[in-house]
Amino acid sequence: MMLSVSLQHRLDALELDVSFEASPGLTVLFGGSGSGKTTIINAVAGLLRPDQGRISVNGQVLCDTHQRLWLPPHRRRLGYVFQEGRLFPHLSVRQNLRFGQWFAPKDAPREDMTRVVDMLGIGPLLERRPGALSGGEKQRVAIGRALLASPRLILADEPLAALDEARKAEILPYFERLRDESDVPILYVSHSAAEVARLATTIVALEGGKVVRQGSAIEVLGDPMFTPSGVRAVGAVIEAQVVGHHDDGLSELDAKGASLFLPRVPQQIGAPVRVRIAAQDVMLSLTRPEGISALNILKGRISQIRAGDGPGAIVSLDTNAGRVLARLTRRSVTAMSLAEDLEVYAVVKTVSIAPQDVGG
Amino acid sequence: MDWLGPEEWQAVVLSLRVAFWATLAGLPLGIFVAYALARWEFPGKQILNGIVHLPLILPPVVTGYLLLMTFGTRGPVGGFLQDIGIVLAFRWTGAALAAGVMAFPLMVRAMRLSIEAVDPKLEQAAATLGASRLWIFATVTLPMILPGIITGAILAFAKAMGEFGATITFVSNIPGKTQTLPSAIYAFLQVPGGENSAMRLVLVSVVIAMAALLLSEILARRVAKRVGGA
Repeated sequence: MMLSVSLQHRLDALELDVSFEASPGLTVLFGGSGSGKTTIINAVAGLLRPDQGRISVNGQVLCDTHQRLWLPPHRRRLGYVFQEGRLFPHLSVRQNLRFGQWFAPKDAPREDMTRVVDMLGIGPLLERRPGALSGGEKQRVAIGRALLASPRLILADEPLAALDEARKAEILPYFERLRDESDVPILYVSHSAAEVARLATTIVALEGGKVVRQGSAIEVLGDPMFTPSGVRAVGAVIEAQVVGHHDDGLSELDAKGASLFLPRVPQQIGAPVRVRIAAQDVMLSLTRPEGISALNILKGRISQIRAGDGPGAIVSLDTNAGRVLARLTRRSVTAMSLAEDLEVYAVVKTVSIAPQDVGG
Repeated sequence: MDWLGPEEWQAVVLSLRVAFWATLAGLPLGIFVAYALARWEFPGKQILNGIVHLPLILPPVVTGYLLLMTFGTRGPVGGFLQDIGIVLAFRWTGAALAAGVMAFPLMVRAMRLSIEAVDPKLEQAAATLGASRLWIFATVTLPMILPGIITGAILAFAKAMGEFGATITFVSNIPGKTQTLPSAIYAFLQVPGGENSAMRLVLVSVVIAMAALLLSEILARRVAKRVGGA
């Protein structure tokens, strides 16, 4: 499967000019407000007619302005999860879930209702009306409704933005399961680095209507030159595997031979996880630190130093576990004489890694 | 029922029939026009809006006269209809047309308001789930505007029951043929000793109007509860 998008569109102050391809899995359109991400997803959905462009999913052309080809939204067979859920208030949860099935072609591959209901844990809600659901429940039903429409592609426009932290934590795992358990590719709009780090297979980073970076989550988030939503949101992603849960509430992870200790993660032993390490939580040391409380010490080689405009700098470090970014002051960079190819130790406090930074 | 004389009884039944058909026939067109005014942008939208509301502001006699000019047997539309066997002037069907035209603006106003209250984002969501325009209307818009349709229909029914000026101008006041409740009341008041008959019909009018109002309240509330999803 392949989603291929090429668009030019003017909308108010935004001048959109993008071109990208998304491979299977979950592709995040990542950028701040006004970057054009919602415009792109709406053009893919057919809710917006681009000035110029071509969009195709798996060889099927949805829109091609040169050939004057335009499929209306209802013939695109997509599943769209909106920010506000947009459940039909006059229908029960069950009827909402079935809505897409009423219109799906008979020969379309059909998701099993029971399986989807189980996966999303919405069995007890089926006879209720959307008005009687919490925000998190609504969003789970919205995911189910999109999935059950036998879509060729699932679109999600900041589906967690309207939820509080606890509800976000409740929904995120469902998108991870969707990404891992279903063959349907997902195009996901987000401005949250933590969400992106957990979910993205591929990142398409946008700024002012242009694609500024495109690649795997590990690649893009590990690039010190890439600070789309401010330096505080910078943080590389490390892929690891759960090797044990300890009695003192910690989980031990193995990242290509390096050990990481995290507050207990819900994943089972052997499960692959992605850990986002915020750059501002990483400390560097020239020698292996002794007598220090932090449990995670990774040895690595500096690959790049990016001095910021302010007092800060971002140092990128290649460790055994993978790329790690550290945010220091420029003063420290000078004082320690940090330079490319120097070997240093990255120190990461276990408790600085929050549960929302760890995904399956 | 002995309480009402045959002539009075005839007027009540005729009025109910006229109002029923005026409302029923007006409904599909009313929904269509209300939807067009609420959702579509097209040239001449304000003109359509004006024409729809004209019967509300014109003197009813003028509306009745215009109907007679158009739908009378010598009028352009009336002549054509006569050729295919439909006569409206001086028949109860003409009374229904007059009542329908007079009630139409009220019906459209109520429906338009309820259509404007439907979030177009829900209709977009339905489109992404594979529903065509017609299906979106049938499965999302229509159920959600049902309370507005009911309100509009009952308002129109009540207006049609009470229509007098346009009706008497267009189809006159022929007992048993075109004499509706209001024109019967008017007729009874013109003859000496008719006050009692008129009074009885006035009572009937009040009861029917109140019943219609109550029914619309109950129905609209029940439907709103279903639609509101609480």
